[in-house]
Amino acid sequence: MGLYDWLLALHVLSAFAWVSALVLYSVVLAASWGASIPSDVARMFRVTKVGDVLIAVGMIGTIVFGVWLALDEYEIWDGWIIAALVLWLAAAATGGRGGKHYNGVRDRANALVAEGRNEPSPELTAGLQSTRGLMFHSATVVITLALLVVMIYKPGA
Amino acid sequence: MLAAIRPDDWNFPLLLHVLGASLLLGALITAVTAQLLAWKRRGPADVIPYARLSFRTLLIAAIPAWFLMRIGGEWVASKGWNDIDPAPAWLDIGYLTAELGGLLILVSTILAGIGARRLGRSNGEQGATLVRVATVLVVLVTIAYVITTWAMSAKPD
Repeated sequence: MGLYDWLLALHVLSAFAWVSALVLYSVVLAASWGASIPSDVARMFRVTKVGDVLIAVGMIGTIVFGVWLALDEYEIWDGWIIAALVLWLAAAATGGRGGKHYNGVRDRANALVAEGRNEPSPELTAGLQSTRGLMFHSATVVITLALLVVMIYKPGA
Repeated sequence: MLAAIRPDDWNFPLLLHVLGASLLLGALITAVTAQLLAWKRRGPADVIPYARLSFRTLLIAAIPAWFLMRIGGEWVASKGWNDIDPAPAWLDIGYLTAELGGLLILVSTILAGIGARRLGRSNGEQGATLVRVATVLVVLVTIAYVITTWAMSAKPD
């Protein structure tokens, strides 16, 4: 196995970690949809700790190994590579905004549990069902899918 | 390198294969995370929701993703990979883990479903062993699929 093979494998594994994180977040959001009891919300969001590791590994790995591959095998200014870099930045932006919103919901749920206030909280339900949070998460999923399409089709390569 | 210079008509089936595989890995990691959280805890208030989350993730996400991965993979293979004799090692690894993994995912889903149902009916008294067996199987499948992802992208001889 040469350097190209290793870089490609690490790039693909990073991409899989990224998609895995999005699947995990989507499952947690679906499972928590409509939840109002703080301990229920806090419990579901414990699962996202693994997603936080996966998304960090996935995003850093895809950009590092992807740019390395581009410098090694392609031209960094190829149209499809520039498109991929723009999509990566867009996903980082929307993912960051979505993550900030849902981390706020998680932290509020944890705070309520710590205070011993485990009665239903309309504030938590509103946070979980927020259009803003859902919009950022959905945008991240769509951008990631577009990135996958660009990677497979390599338009203009 | 053959994959890097593949004909255009391979792109769509390859996209389905890669998308299915990444969704499958994400679903398995989500299910494993929930199962391990259930394993670590003793109280029914924690164990039952995690066991249900794991079962539903396997049923609703992992099994459909497996079919997407498998159908896309077979479609790509029908474009010429199946005619290579002897088949490359990475292709054999892919077939072996896809088929065996699919069977183990099915068995795990059934065990996780029965286990979650028993846990719910007995308020956490019964069913934990079935969920734990399912956890071990899903961990093994997840490890196998990470290795397969490496093998199918690096294509070692």
